[in-house]
Amino acid sequence: MKTFLLEARQLTCIRDNRTLFSGLNFQLHGGHILLIEGVNGAGKTSLLRILTGLRQPDEGELFWNTESIENLAASFYQDVAYIGHNNGLKETLTAKENLKYAKALAVRALSIDESLQKVHLDGYQDTLVRYLSAGQQRRLALARLLCTHKTLWILDEPFTSLDKASIQLVEQLITSHVKKGGIVIMTSHHETLFPAELVQKLELRR
Amino acid sequence: MSLFKAFKAVIQRDLLLAYRNRADLINPLAFFVIVVTLFPLALGAEPLLLKRIAPAIIWVAALLASLLSMESLFRSDFEDGSLELMVMTPHPLSLLVLAKIIAHWLLSSVPLLLMTPFIATMLGMDSDVMLILLLTLLLGMPVLSLIGAIAVALTLGLRKGGALLAVLVLPLYVPMLIFASSAVDAAMSGLPIGGHLFMLAAILCLTLTLTPWSTAVALKMSLSE
Repeated sequence: MKTFLLEARQLTCIRDNRTLFSGLNFQLHGGHILLIEGVNGAGKTSLLRILTGLRQPDEGELFWNTESIENLAASFYQDVAYIGHNNGLKETLTAKENLKYAKALAVRALSIDESLQKVHLDGYQDTLVRYLSAGQQRRLALARLLCTHKTLWILDEPFTSLDKASIQLVEQLITSHVKKGGIVIMTSHHETLFPAELVQKLELRR
Repeated sequence: MSLFKAFKAVIQRDLLLAYRNRADLINPLAFFVIVVTLFPLALGAEPLLLKRIAPAIIWVAALLASLLSMESLFRSDFEDGSLELMVMTPHPLSLLVLAKIIAHWLLSSVPLLLMTPFIATMLGMDSDVMLILLLTLLLGMPVLSLIGAIAVALTLGLRKGGALLAVLVLPLYVPMLIFASSAVDAAMSGLPIGGHLFMLAAILCLTLTLTPWSTAVALKMSLSE
Protein backbone atom coordinates (compact mmCIF):
# COMPACT_ATOMS: atom_id res chain seq x y z
CA MET A 1 0.00 0.00 0.00
CA LYS A 2 1.33 3.40 -0.94
CA THR A 3 1.79 5.59 2.12
CA PHE A 4 1.05 9.24 2.06
CA LEU A 5 2.64 12.09 3.94
CA LEU A 6 1.60 15.68 4.43
CA GLU A 7 4.16 17.92 6.01
CA ALA A 8 3.88 21.56 7.05
CA ARG A 9 7.01 23.56 7.71
CA GLN A 10 6.95 26.88 9.53
CA LEU A 11 3.49 27.91 8.34
CA THR A 12 2.52 31.46 9.17
CA CYS A 13 -0.80 33.11 8.55
CA ILE A 14 -1.31 36.83 8.91
CA ARG A 15 -4.76 38.24 8.51
CA ASP A 16 -5.63 41.89 8.70
CA ASN A 17 -2.24 42.65 10.29
CA ARG A 18 -2.85 40.09 13.03
CA THR A 19 -0.71 37.01 13.21
CA LEU A 20 -3.09 34.08 13.59
CA PHE A 21 -0.35 31.48 13.89
CA SER A 22 3.33 31.34 13.08
CA GLY A 23 6.00 28.69 12.85
CA LEU A 24 3.48 25.88 12.64
CA ASN A 25 5.03 22.47 11.96
CA PHE A 26 3.48 19.06 11.68
CA GLN A 27 3.86 15.76 9.89
CA LEU A 28 0.87 13.66 9.08
CA HIS A 29 1.19 10.13 7.75
CA GLY A 30 -1.43 8.09 5.96
CA GLY A 31 -3.82 6.43 8.39
CA HIS A 32 -4.19 9.40 10.71
CA ILE A 33 -6.71 12.05 11.59
CA LEU A 34 -5.55 15.55 12.41
CA LEU A 35 -7.98 17.35 14.67
CA ILE A 36 -7.48 21.08 14.65
CA GLU A 37 -8.73 22.76 17.77
CA GLY A 38 -8.96 26.36 18.79
CA VAL A 39 -11.35 29.07 19.83
CA ASN A 40 -13.35 31.10 17.31
CA GLY A 41 -11.08 33.29 15.25
CA ALA A 42 -7.98 31.27 16.06
CA GLY A 43 -7.42 30.66 12.35
CA LYS A 44 -8.77 27.14 11.92
CA THR A 45 -10.51 27.85 8.63
CA SER A 46 -7.55 29.88 7.39
CA LEU A 47 -5.26 26.97 8.18
CA LEU A 48 -7.54 24.55 6.33
CA ARG A 49 -7.63 26.83 3.31
CA ILE A 50 -3.85 26.98 3.34
CA LEU A 51 -3.70 23.19 3.48
CA THR A 52 -5.97 22.99 0.42
CA GLY A 53 -3.67 25.33 -1.47
CA LEU A 54 -6.51 27.80 -2.02
CA ARG A 55 -4.73 30.31 0.19
CA GLN A 56 -1.02 30.99 0.19
CA PRO A 57 0.70 30.82 3.58
CA ASP A 58 2.38 34.12 4.44
CA GLU A 59 5.47 32.12 5.29
CA GLY A 60 6.42 28.49 5.25
CA GLU A 61 5.74 25.63 2.91
CA LEU A 62 3.62 22.54 2.51
CA PHE A 63 4.85 19.22 1.22
CA TRP A 64 2.73 16.37 -0.15
CA ASN A 65 4.75 13.14 -0.33
CA THR A 66 7.93 15.22 0.08
CA GLU A 67 7.10 17.37 -2.94
CA SER A 68 6.28 21.04 -2.36
CA ILE A 69 2.65 21.66 -3.32
CA GLU A 70 3.70 24.75 -5.22
CA ASN A 71 5.57 22.48 -7.63
CA LEU A 72 2.81 19.90 -7.66
CA ALA A 73 0.24 22.56 -8.53
CA ALA A 74 -2.84 20.99 -10.07
CA SER A 75 -1.76 17.37 -9.63
CA PHE A 76 -2.00 17.87 -5.84
CA TYR A 77 -5.74 18.10 -6.39
CA GLN A 78 -5.92 14.52 -7.64
CA ASP A 79 -5.59 13.55 -4.00
CA VAL A 80 -7.35 16.33 -2.08
CA ALA A 81 -11.01 16.83 -1.29
CA TYR A 82 -12.28 19.83 0.64
CA ILE A 83 -15.60 20.58 2.25
CA GLY A 84 -15.78 24.08 3.63
CA HIS A 85 -18.55 25.97 5.38
CA ASN A 86 -20.49 25.89 2.13
CA ASN A 87 -21.34 22.50 0.78
CA GLY A 88 -20.55 23.30 -2.84
CA LEU A 89 -23.90 21.92 -3.94
CA LYS A 90 -26.19 23.44 -6.53
CA GLU A 91 -29.63 23.95 -5.08
CA THR A 92 -31.45 23.59 -8.37
CA LEU A 93 -29.79 20.31 -9.29
CA THR A 94 -30.81 16.96 -7.87
CA ALA A 95 -28.62 14.97 -5.48
CA LYS A 96 -27.66 12.66 -8.31
CA GLU A 97 -26.79 15.46 -10.72
CA ASN A 98 -24.57 17.11 -8.13
CA LEU A 99 -22.62 13.91 -7.57
CA LYS A 100 -22.42 13.18 -11.27
CA TYR A 101 -20.75 16.53 -11.83
CA ALA A 102 -18.28 15.91 -8.99
CA LYS A 103 -17.44 12.51 -10.44
CA ALA A 104 -16.78 13.91 -13.87
CA LEU A 105 -14.07 16.15 -12.44
CA ALA A 106 -12.22 13.50 -10.44
CA VAL A 107 -11.15 9.87 -10.31
CA ARG A 108 -14.19 7.69 -9.78
CA ALA A 109 -14.70 5.55 -6.71
CA LEU A 110 -18.06 4.28 -5.50
CA SER A 111 -21.09 4.58 -7.72
CA ILE A 112 -23.54 7.39 -7.03
CA ASP A 113 -26.20 5.05 -5.65
CA GLU A 114 -23.73 3.33 -3.36
CA SER A 115 -22.35 6.55 -1.96
CA LEU A 116 -25.84 7.93 -1.36
CA GLN A 117 -26.67 4.72 0.44
CA LYS A 118 -23.60 5.08 2.66
CA VAL A 119 -24.75 8.49 3.89
CA HIS A 120 -28.32 7.22 4.28
CA LEU A 121 -29.70 9.31 1.46
CA ASP A 122 -30.98 6.52 -0.76
CA GLY A 123 -34.31 7.44 -2.21
CA TYR A 124 -33.27 11.09 -2.57
CA GLN A 125 -31.49 10.60 -5.90
CA ASP A 126 -33.88 12.76 -7.87
CA THR A 127 -34.74 15.29 -5.19
CA LEU A 128 -33.58 18.84 -5.81
CA VAL A 129 -30.98 19.83 -3.24
CA ARG A 130 -33.14 22.84 -2.38
CA TYR A 131 -35.69 20.47 -0.84
CA LEU A 132 -33.16 18.65 1.35
CA SER A 133 -32.70 19.72 4.96
CA ALA A 134 -29.46 21.36 6.09
CA GLY A 135 -28.23 18.09 7.59
CA GLN A 136 -29.13 16.12 4.49
CA GLN A 137 -27.25 18.63 2.34
CA ARG A 138 -24.22 18.22 4.57
CA ARG A 139 -24.40 14.45 4.17
CA LEU A 140 -24.74 14.82 0.42
CA ALA A 141 -21.56 16.90 0.41
CA LEU A 142 -19.88 14.06 2.30
CA ALA A 143 -21.20 11.57 -0.25
CA ARG A 144 -19.11 13.46 -2.77
CA LEU A 145 -16.01 12.26 -0.89
CA LEU A 146 -17.12 8.68 -1.29
CA CYS A 147 -17.90 8.72 -4.99
CA THR A 148 -14.56 10.29 -5.90
CA HIS A 149 -11.24 8.73 -5.10
CA LYS A 150 -9.32 11.15 -2.88
CA THR A 151 -6.71 10.42 -0.24
CA LEU A 152 -6.63 13.60 1.78
CA TRP A 153 -9.95 14.84 3.12
CA ILE A 154 -9.97 18.36 4.49
CA LEU A 155 -13.20 19.00 6.35
CA ASP A 156 -14.24 22.26 7.95
CA GLU A 157 -16.74 21.48 10.72
CA PRO A 158 -18.17 18.37 9.01
CA PHE A 159 -20.66 17.82 11.85
CA THR A 160 -22.45 21.15 11.43
CA SER A 161 -26.23 20.68 11.40
CA LEU A 162 -25.98 16.89 11.69
CA ASP A 163 -28.02 14.97 14.27
CA LYS A 164 -26.50 12.43 16.65
CA ALA A 165 -27.03 9.43 14.39
CA SER A 166 -25.54 11.23 11.42
CA ILE A 167 -22.52 12.36 13.43
CA GLN A 168 -21.89 8.74 14.32
CA LEU A 169 -22.28 7.74 10.69
CA VAL A 170 -19.81 10.36 9.50
CA GLU A 171 -17.36 9.36 12.22
CA GLN A 172 -17.55 5.80 10.95
CA LEU A 173 -16.95 6.92 7.38
CA ILE A 174 -13.95 8.98 8.44
CA THR A 175 -12.53 6.12 10.52
CA SER A 176 -12.87 3.62 7.70
CA HIS A 177 -11.24 6.05 5.25
CA VAL A 178 -8.31 6.49 7.62
CA LYS A 179 -7.99 2.76 8.23
CA LYS A 180 -7.62 2.31 4.47
CA GLY A 181 -4.55 4.56 4.61
CA GLY A 182 -6.24 7.89 3.94
CA ILE A 183 -5.68 11.14 5.79
CA VAL A 184 -8.36 13.35 7.30
CA ILE A 185 -7.79 16.86 8.57
CA MET A 186 -10.77 18.40 10.28
CA THR A 187 -11.99 20.97 12.74
CA SER A 188 -14.84 20.31 15.08
CA HIS A 189 -16.54 21.83 18.08
CA HIS A 190 -18.05 18.49 19.00
CA GLU A 191 -16.39 15.83 21.11
CA THR A 192 -15.26 13.16 18.69
CA LEU A 193 -15.11 9.45 19.33
CA PHE A 194 -12.34 8.36 17.02
CA PRO A 195 -10.01 5.57 18.20
CA ALA A 196 -7.27 7.43 20.08
CA GLU A 197 -4.39 5.80 18.20
CA LEU A 198 -5.57 7.34 14.93
CA VAL A 199 -5.84 10.90 16.16
CA GLN A 200 -3.30 13.68 16.26
CA LYS A 201 -4.33 16.97 17.79
CA LEU A 202 -3.21 20.44 16.90
CA GLU A 203 -4.26 23.34 19.02
CA LEU A 204 -4.17 26.85 17.66
CA ARG A 205 -3.58 29.42 20.35
CA ARG A 206 -3.78 33.10 19.88
CA MET B 1 -10.95 11.58 -15.42
CA SER B 2 -10.12 12.85 -18.86
CA LEU B 3 -10.02 16.55 -19.46
CA PHE B 4 -12.54 16.33 -22.25
CA LYS B 5 -15.05 14.68 -19.95
CA ALA B 6 -14.59 17.37 -17.33
CA PHE B 7 -14.92 20.07 -19.99
CA LYS B 8 -18.16 18.55 -21.21
CA ALA B 9 -19.47 18.09 -17.67
CA VAL B 10 -18.96 21.79 -16.87
CA ILE B 11 -20.85 22.89 -19.98
CA GLN B 12 -23.63 20.37 -19.37
CA ARG B 13 -24.01 21.42 -15.76
CA ASP B 14 -24.25 25.11 -16.61
CA LEU B 15 -26.80 24.47 -19.34
CA LEU B 16 -28.85 22.31 -17.00
CA LEU B 17 -28.69 24.97 -14.28
CA ALA B 18 -29.85 27.57 -16.77
CA TYR B 19 -32.70 25.33 -17.80
CA ARG B 20 -33.77 24.97 -14.16
CA ASN B 21 -33.64 28.76 -13.70
CA ARG B 22 -35.08 29.63 -17.10
CA ALA B 23 -36.65 32.86 -15.87
CA ASP B 24 -33.17 34.36 -15.48
CA LEU B 25 -32.55 33.86 -19.18
CA ILE B 26 -35.49 36.00 -20.23
CA ASN B 27 -34.40 39.16 -18.42
CA PRO B 28 -31.43 40.16 -20.62
CA LEU B 29 -33.40 39.32 -23.74
CA ALA B 30 -36.38 41.43 -22.63
CA PHE B 31 -34.01 44.23 -21.69
CA PHE B 32 -32.45 44.07 -25.17
CA VAL B 33 -35.80 44.25 -26.91
CA ILE B 34 -37.08 47.08 -24.71
CA VAL B 35 -33.98 49.26 -25.02
CA VAL B 36 -34.06 48.92 -28.81
CA THR B 37 -37.78 49.71 -28.90
CA LEU B 38 -37.28 52.88 -26.89
CA PHE B 39 -35.24 54.49 -29.68
CA PRO B 40 -37.97 54.73 -32.34
CA LEU B 41 -40.32 56.05 -29.67
CA ALA B 42 -37.85 58.75 -28.61
CA LEU B 43 -36.75 59.68 -32.14
CA GLY B 44 -40.24 60.21 -33.50
CA ALA B 45 -41.20 59.77 -37.13
CA GLU B 46 -37.73 59.67 -38.67
CA PRO B 47 -37.48 56.33 -40.51
CA LEU B 48 -34.35 57.32 -42.46
CA LEU B 49 -32.44 58.41 -39.38
CA LEU B 50 -33.56 55.28 -37.56
CA LYS B 51 -32.38 53.09 -40.39
CA ARG B 52 -29.05 54.88 -40.36
CA ILE B 53 -28.40 54.40 -36.65
CA ALA B 54 -30.08 51.00 -36.23
CA PRO B 55 -26.84 48.96 -36.20
CA ALA B 56 -25.38 51.19 -33.51
CA ILE B 57 -28.54 50.89 -31.40
CA ILE B 58 -28.51 47.12 -31.67
CA TRP B 59 -24.84 46.83 -30.81
CA VAL B 60 -25.02 49.11 -27.78
CA ALA B 61 -28.16 47.38 -26.53
CA ALA B 62 -26.44 44.01 -26.95
CA LEU B 63 -23.44 45.25 -24.93
CA LEU B 64 -25.65 46.44 -22.09
CA ALA B 65 -27.81 43.31 -22.15
CA SER B 66 -24.75 41.09 -21.93
CA LEU B 67 -23.64 42.99 -18.82
CA LEU B 68 -26.86 41.96 -17.09
CA SER B 69 -26.13 38.27 -17.29
CA MET B 70 -22.39 38.57 -16.79
CA GLU B 71 -22.36 38.25 -13.00
CA SER B 72 -24.11 34.89 -13.16
CA LEU B 73 -20.97 33.48 -14.76
CA PHE B 74 -19.20 32.92 -11.43
CA ARG B 75 -21.18 34.67 -8.69
CA SER B 76 -23.48 31.85 -7.60
CA ASP B 77 -20.69 29.28 -7.84
CA PHE B 78 -18.59 31.53 -5.64
CA GLU B 79 -21.33 31.90 -3.05
CA ASP B 80 -22.25 28.23 -2.69
CA GLY B 81 -18.67 26.96 -2.69
CA SER B 82 -18.77 25.06 -5.97
CA LEU B 83 -16.15 27.39 -7.42
CA GLU B 84 -13.67 26.01 -4.89
CA LEU B 85 -14.42 22.52 -6.16
CA MET B 86 -13.78 23.62 -9.71
CA VAL B 87 -10.42 25.15 -8.74
CA MET B 88 -9.48 22.03 -6.77
CA THR B 89 -9.44 19.64 -9.71
CA PRO B 90 -6.34 18.24 -11.39
CA HIS B 91 -7.46 19.79 -14.67
CA PRO B 92 -6.12 23.11 -15.95
CA LEU B 93 -8.47 25.72 -14.51
CA SER B 94 -8.23 27.90 -17.61
CA LEU B 95 -9.87 25.19 -19.71
CA LEU B 96 -12.71 24.65 -17.24
CA VAL B 97 -13.16 28.42 -17.22
CA LEU B 98 -13.36 28.32 -21.01
CA ALA B 99 -16.08 25.68 -20.73
CA LYS B 100 -18.06 27.96 -18.43
CA ILE B 101 -17.59 30.87 -20.84
CA ILE B 102 -18.80 28.77 -23.76
CA ALA B 103 -21.91 27.81 -21.82
CA HIS B 104 -22.45 31.46 -20.91
CA TRP B 105 -22.06 32.48 -24.54
CA LEU B 106 -24.59 29.88 -25.65
CA LEU B 107 -27.06 31.10 -23.05
CA SER B 108 -26.63 34.86 -23.35
CA SER B 109 -25.68 35.50 -26.95
CA VAL B 110 -27.53 32.92 -28.99
CA PRO B 111 -31.00 34.15 -27.93
CA LEU B 112 -29.90 37.70 -28.77
CA LEU B 113 -28.63 36.59 -32.15
CA LEU B 114 -31.94 34.88 -32.89
CA MET B 115 -33.88 37.96 -31.86
CA THR B 116 -31.79 40.38 -33.91
CA PRO B 117 -33.36 39.75 -37.35
CA PHE B 118 -36.79 40.68 -35.97
CA ILE B 119 -35.49 43.75 -34.21
CA ALA B 120 -33.50 44.80 -37.27
CA THR B 121 -36.53 44.47 -39.50
CA MET B 122 -38.52 46.53 -37.04
CA LEU B 123 -35.94 49.32 -37.33
CA GLY B 124 -36.19 49.18 -41.13
CA MET B 125 -32.75 47.76 -41.80
CA ASP B 126 -32.02 46.30 -45.26
CA SER B 127 -31.53 42.56 -45.32
CA ASP B 128 -27.99 42.65 -46.75
CA VAL B 129 -26.87 45.08 -44.04
CA MET B 130 -28.62 42.93 -41.47
CA LEU B 131 -26.58 39.95 -42.60
CA ILE B 132 -23.36 41.85 -41.98
CA LEU B 133 -24.67 43.00 -38.60
CA LEU B 134 -25.36 39.39 -37.66
CA LEU B 135 -21.89 38.43 -38.76
CA THR B 136 -20.32 41.11 -36.56
CA LEU B 137 -22.48 39.99 -33.64
CA LEU B 138 -21.47 36.40 -34.22
CA LEU B 139 -17.79 37.35 -34.09
CA GLY B 140 -18.19 39.93 -31.35
CA MET B 141 -20.53 38.39 -28.79
CA PRO B 142 -18.08 35.66 -27.66
CA VAL B 143 -15.60 38.47 -26.98
CA LEU B 144 -18.13 40.04 -24.59
CA SER B 145 -18.31 36.85 -22.52
CA LEU B 146 -14.56 36.31 -22.65
CA ILE B 147 -13.60 39.82 -21.50
CA GLY B 148 -16.46 39.98 -19.03
CA ALA B 149 -15.23 36.79 -17.37
CA ILE B 150 -12.00 38.47 -16.23
CA ALA B 151 -13.87 41.38 -14.71
CA VAL B 152 -16.38 39.13 -12.95
CA ALA B 153 -13.56 37.01 -11.56
CA LEU B 154 -11.80 40.11 -10.26
CA THR B 155 -14.87 41.59 -8.58
CA LEU B 156 -16.08 38.37 -6.92
CA GLY B 157 -14.73 39.39 -3.55
CA LEU B 158 -16.83 42.55 -3.53
CA ARG B 159 -20.34 42.27 -2.24
CA LYS B 160 -21.80 44.55 -4.90
CA GLY B 161 -19.65 44.18 -7.97
CA GLY B 162 -22.31 45.26 -10.47
CA ALA B 163 -21.49 48.92 -11.09
CA LEU B 164 -17.75 48.36 -10.93
CA LEU B 165 -18.15 45.56 -13.42
CA ALA B 166 -19.67 47.91 -16.00
CA VAL B 167 -16.91 50.45 -15.45
CA LEU B 168 -14.22 47.81 -15.84
CA VAL B 169 -15.68 46.05 -18.82
CA LEU B 170 -17.28 48.63 -21.10
CA PRO B 171 -14.03 50.44 -22.00
CA LEU B 172 -12.51 47.10 -22.97
CA TYR B 173 -15.37 46.54 -25.39
CA VAL B 174 -14.55 49.74 -27.30
CA PRO B 175 -12.17 48.35 -29.97
CA MET B 176 -14.63 45.63 -30.85
CA LEU B 177 -17.50 48.10 -31.01
CA ILE B 178 -15.52 50.34 -33.35
CA PHE B 179 -14.66 47.57 -35.80
CA ALA B 180 -18.13 46.09 -35.68
CA SER B 181 -19.89 49.36 -36.38
CA SER B 182 -17.44 50.39 -39.08
CA ALA B 183 -18.01 47.04 -40.80
CA VAL B 184 -21.75 47.68 -40.86
CA ASP B 185 -21.16 51.29 -41.96
CA ALA B 186 -18.99 50.11 -44.83
CA ALA B 187 -21.63 47.61 -45.84
CA MET B 188 -24.27 50.35 -45.87
CA SER B 189 -22.22 52.49 -48.21
CA GLY B 190 -21.27 49.52 -50.40
CA LEU B 191 -17.56 49.43 -49.45
CA PRO B 192 -15.54 46.25 -48.85
CA ILE B 193 -15.91 44.94 -45.31
CA GLY B 194 -13.26 42.20 -45.25
CA GLY B 195 -10.72 44.21 -43.29
CA HIS B 196 -13.12 45.04 -40.46
CA LEU B 197 -14.29 41.48 -40.14
CA PHE B 198 -10.73 40.19 -40.05
CA MET B 199 -9.96 42.64 -37.26
CA LEU B 200 -12.99 41.36 -35.33
CA ALA B 201 -11.87 37.78 -35.90
CA ALA B 202 -8.37 38.74 -34.69
CA ILE B 203 -9.82 40.25 -31.51
CA LEU B 204 -11.79 37.06 -30.98
CA CYS B 205 -8.68 34.90 -31.38
CA LEU B 206 -6.70 37.12 -29.03
CA THR B 207 -9.33 37.05 -26.29
CA LEU B 208 -10.04 33.36 -26.79
CA THR B 209 -6.43 32.47 -26.12
CA LEU B 210 -5.59 34.96 -23.38
CA THR B 211 -8.68 35.61 -21.27
CA PRO B 212 -9.40 32.06 -19.95
CA TRP B 213 -5.91 31.99 -18.58
CA SER B 214 -6.10 35.41 -16.92
CA THR B 215 -9.62 34.66 -15.63
CA ALA B 216 -8.24 31.53 -13.96
CA VAL B 217 -5.56 33.60 -12.23
CA ALA B 218 -8.15 36.18 -11.13
CA LEU B 219 -10.42 33.43 -9.75
CA LYS B 220 -7.59 31.99 -7.69
CA MET B 221 -6.88 35.47 -6.36
CA SER B 222 -10.52 35.99 -5.39
CA LEU B 223 -10.62 32.62 -3.64
CA SER B 224 -7.43 33.21 -1.68
CA GLU B 225 -9.03 36.00 0.34
